[in-house]
Amino acid sequence: MAEWLDKRIKHVFIFPAIIVTVLLLVFPLIYTVYMSLTSWSGSAIQGPRFIGLDNFTQLLGADDRFGAAAGRTLLFTGVTVAFELVLGYVIALLLRKSFRGERLTRTLILLPVVATPVAISMAWMVIYDPNIGVANQFLQAIGLQAQQFLADPSAALWWLMVVDVWQWTPMIALILLAGLTSLPEEPFEAALVDGASAPQRFRFITFPLMIPVMFAALVLRLVDSLKTFDIIYATTKGGPGTATETLNTYGFMQAFEYTNFGLASAVIILFILIVLVITLITSKGNERAGRVLQ
Amino acid sequence: MILTSVKSTVDIYNPDKLFSFTPTLKNYAGILTDSNIPESAKHSLIVAIGATVISLLIGLPAAYAIARFSMNLTGMVLLLVRMLPGITYLVPWYIILTKLGLVGSYFSLIVSHLVITMPMVIWIMISFFQNVSTELEESGRVDGLSRTGAFIRIVLPISKPGIATAALLSFIFSWNQFLFSMVLGASQKKTLPVALFDFIGYASIDWGGLMAAAVLMTLPVFIFSLFAQKHIVAGLSAGATKG
Repeated sequence: MAEWLDKRIKHVFIFPAIIVTVLLLVFPLIYTVYMSLTSWSGSAIQGPRFIGLDNFTQLLGADDRFGAAAGRTLLFTGVTVAFELVLGYVIALLLRKSFRGERLTRTLILLPVVATPVAISMAWMVIYDPNIGVANQFLQAIGLQAQQFLADPSAALWWLMVVDVWQWTPMIALILLAGLTSLPEEPFEAALVDGASAPQRFRFITFPLMIPVMFAALVLRLVDSLKTFDIIYATTKGGPGTATETLNTYGFMQAFEYTNFGLASAVIILFILIVLVITLITSKGNERAGRVLQ
Repeated sequence: MILTSVKSTVDIYNPDKLFSFTPTLKNYAGILTDSNIPESAKHSLIVAIGATVISLLIGLPAAYAIARFSMNLTGMVLLLVRMLPGITYLVPWYIILTKLGLVGSYFSLIVSHLVITMPMVIWIMISFFQNVSTELEESGRVDGLSRTGAFIRIVLPISKPGIATAALLSFIFSWNQFLFSMVLGASQKKTLPVALFDFIGYASIDWGGLMAAAVLMTLPVFIFSLFAQKHIVAGLSAGATKG
């Protein structure tokens, strides 16, 4: 028995994970592709009806909500990830030197990352509440106009971006900090000997050496930001109207509010394609950045 | 959040009482005796522990195989699971689980959470196993252990800190999971994030109760983070720093 297992350890060890992946990922994907070609309202009496590519032509042609949701998804992801990377980098540089209360600071920074997104969203709902929230009191205290925040269709998406940046900047900061502390020392010593100034050391040594870590953080965050669901659903459910609707919440609404499983599946297929294309582009960029360094 | 959780309803709606108010624990008492929060906490706990244990059972050997036999392609495929939006799996699962009559069961919740926790365990553990020297394993095998024996008796004990990190993060992410829990848990097995929505009525929101519940559900995560701060950071950035 032990001998049999030892010879096949490689395959036996990986087997359960493969099975789970096939059952949970590959099979549902195939099923989604099939569903996207049908029209079905979830009724048990009348099963899915095959309609070819109609769902896709509807989404890409007649359906205004889809294009708008796709645009919002890209806008949300682009803006939040850009802010998170820049802010995260600054925070990582600040936290790099040791100081008093370092451990406590790092723990506090970690809190938004591990805290429950839904609980965070609820807390922000209180903060943003026009009547009872502290956000308006703060704005008025510094002499700005009171806002409707999440109830304002033209601004709600931007206020949600603030929440996302608040929650995820710390994670980027911690990843970049881990990268900073594991940089090799020799280039810095050499630069010091050559008399390089601090900005020069940052520009020519720290920054290039950090590019791979920054790309890793970028890919990680891009993928997760595209998937943002909890914050949006818990606070606005995509509203007011469809002002904060992204592909994620649109797909959800089509499936579980309107029980349009066929159309929802088509939304999901297009969503997956967008995620894959973006991931592919960034990982290609990662490879090129790696080559330039070598 | 904490401020609102210890205010009375009247004080919450009075902007002058932002910081100056008489604290009350009424909201906390209310949700413990007069809501389904304790019941939901039980559901959350069962699901999070279940998903974590199964993820470790399946993920540890898989991560070991990937690390030792450099099965990079397999590793990539397993991690692809993590990249796709959750809603990708949700619609087909929902349809299938409805047909099987399993929506609203612990089974459907635990299995759906595996999509998040298992790749994470594998992701974190690959880098840990790569750092275990093969010499230790070989010395164990000279002493008559089988390869599997060496994995269980030597590799796993050495990797305890990594396993603890993976288990902790797996628990936290399952605890925080909302989308799958909401749809697949239905009304029978509401986990904590889903139960928070019970405080939002059609006309009004019970802010005090809502914030008290939110504080209670964030508390365990906060305590874990206090104790395991370094490990959590290591876990979150595992893979990222390795590129």
